[in-house]
Amino acid sequence: MLQRDYTTSQLDVLEAEAIHIMREVAAEFERPCLLFSGGKDSIVMLRVAEKAFWPAPIPFPLMHVDTGHNFSEVIDYRDRRVAELNARLVVASVQASIDAGRVVEDTGRRASRNRLQTTTLLDAIEENEYDAVFGGGRRDEEKARAKERVFSFRDDFGQWDPKNQRPELWNLYNTRIRKGEHIRVFPLSNWTELDIWHYIRREDIEIPSIYFSHTRKVFERDGMLLADDEVVQRGEDEPVFEAVVRYRTVGDMTCTGAVVSAATTVEEIIEEIAVTRITERGATRADDRASEAAMEDRKKEGYF
Amino acid sequence: MDILRFATAGSVDDGKSTLIGRLLFDSKAIFEDQLEAVERTSRDRGTEYTDLSLLTDGLRAEREQGITIDVAYRYFATPKRKFIIADTPGHIQYTRNMVTGASTADLAIILIDARKGVLEQSRRHAFLTTLLRVPHLVLAVNKMDLVDYSEARFEEIREEFTAFASKLNTSDLTFIPISALHGDNVVSRSENMPWYEGSSLLHHLEHVHIASDRNLVDVRFPVQYVIRPHSATSQELHDYRGYAGQVAGGILKPGDEVMHLPSGLTTRIAGIDTFDGKVDEAFPPMSVTLRLEDDIDISRGDMICRPHNQPHVAQEIDAMVCWMADGVKLQPRSKLVIKHTTRTARALVRDLHYRLDVNTLHRDESATALGLNEIGRVSLRTTQPLFVDDYARNRLTGGFILIDEATNGTVAAGMIVDAH
Repeated sequence: MLQRDYTTSQLDVLEAEAIHIMREVAAEFERPCLLFSGGKDSIVMLRVAEKAFWPAPIPFPLMHVDTGHNFSEVIDYRDRRVAELNARLVVASVQASIDAGRVVEDTGRRASRNRLQTTTLLDAIEENEYDAVFGGGRRDEEKARAKERVFSFRDDFGQWDPKNQRPELWNLYNTRIRKGEHIRVFPLSNWTELDIWHYIRREDIEIPSIYFSHTRKVFERDGMLLADDEVVQRGEDEPVFEAVVRYRTVGDMTCTGAVVSAATTVEEIIEEIAVTRITERGATRADDRASEAAMEDRKKEGYF
Repeated sequence: MDILRFATAGSVDDGKSTLIGRLLFDSKAIFEDQLEAVERTSRDRGTEYTDLSLLTDGLRAEREQGITIDVAYRYFATPKRKFIIADTPGHIQYTRNMVTGASTADLAIILIDARKGVLEQSRRHAFLTTLLRVPHLVLAVNKMDLVDYSEARFEEIREEFTAFASKLNTSDLTFIPISALHGDNVVSRSENMPWYEGSSLLHHLEHVHIASDRNLVDVRFPVQYVIRPHSATSQELHDYRGYAGQVAGGILKPGDEVMHLPSGLTTRIAGIDTFDGKVDEAFPPMSVTLRLEDDIDISRGDMICRPHNQPHVAQEIDAMVCWMADGVKLQPRSKLVIKHTTRTARALVRDLHYRLDVNTLHRDESATALGLNEIGRVSLRTTQPLFVDDYARNRLTGGFILIDEATNGTVAAGMIVDAH
């Protein structure tokens, strides 16, 4: 008789690990929530959550930190997906934080609400008394993330202390915190950008249309193509032109660049990424270009 | 395509960063913008060569001080496999980080500088690798270019290390002569060492057989979460009760007779559910949901096994413990929280038998405490029974962590050697 090999494919291993992490959170925390932006990583995270608790519904709410500067296609997608799952969505609004005087909006051409999101996020966590917050961050994205734990401890102020992290061994996660503290949980820590796309293909998950090639009015800044939109401050020396583009990441319009691409299917996106020589954040995110340690600094303050 | 997780041990001086940089670069896992950033920083600092360690040292303090603080995880893939590297620093907090990185590793690469041979730290790395039961060990003898690609030197190192390794429980030990800087035997076989007949390092990583490293014999299913939809609209779902968890050992099939612990009651598996449908078998590392034929009171922290193959039900546990906390020490009468599989209890340290010198393997029986990065054998008594196996038999049911209730910090990793 032929002996089965019991080899497990990489996507199955990653999915099983992420499901284990989600169940661990649901079992050990009182008030978890899952950050859902409508971006590809949170889309995959949401699918894993659906699987982890099936046939029961997802036992925690979703939260979106809305800068007010999001792509409308993504907001439409978010609302459609939430309705499909019959999930509860909490929207934490950066505009509301500005109106309440919690943060002051940047001005000028490079104004972005990216950094302001941290205050809105931390306020929402405190207000809702969330003790565990799922994020779609991956370790391959950025070098500060490469050192972050799957269960990442945040103090009373929501801060991350990279030099004082809890050791993480086997599949045993330390979930203990005091009131007011919380844990950011990253179930997709070990996934790469390509794993995300292979999973989207395998699961045949719908994604927002802006991930696919389309014609858009854009202008160029620092070698990136930004969308021409009323929320993006554009100088007169930055002429608008039409280009065939797609988005490789989905974030705030003011700091998320499009890439020139003809990829109209997930298959073509995978082919494109497999040969690309620039990281996704390097290609498309002005927020990470600010300095060598831009992500680390924002993360210490409590960013995603 | 499957996944191989490996840990790398060695210091920057052994060429570890160069080796990782080369694996990432040659497998196209380093991108142009990352390389440009590293080249720019190297130039700014006046370094003559491109310092590939900057790729893995991500934190500001690390770049400023030129040190690695923590375990960094890096990813690359070839058409054969996906690889996860746990890159552990050579000096600071060494034991703690190596133990962490090795806990999930299928394989460890220990780097040796061919000029220096087997050093105290090589022995320490090898010991920790075997303590954590990493199934495959590769001794990469690096900088062969600096010893004229000498076969005699390689053989000398191989013999010395083999003699030392015979004192350890190494299962699979492979020696590969390489030059990370020049790429000899890293991705492809080197023409500079025609006397070497083995495979290149990457070829070895791609082909080493890991599927049978998992325990597929002893059925162990720690119950993680009970799924009860309580649906008001669907009668079928209203009564649904499933036990969710990740298989820690053995192969489960519908119809199998199983035993529940701690009750000792037996029943049969009615079905194995996943979101994607029923499956006809479950094995590590699958996350599934079991339905059982009989109604038994089962909750998180319980264990499902086979009636004739049970783990130890134990409150007295002997274990090798690696202490990871700064300041506070482990000593007899210490009270801690123990997390083992999905069960959490409190534990009392009854005895510290000895402290182990990780360089000489000498057992110091006069030791009265374990400090940061020290390893020793302890006896624990737990407030609740745990369902344990020897760590050597199953890493998932034999490993545990200890948590300090005062700080909530994870203060130790433990490997069970005996239980009753």
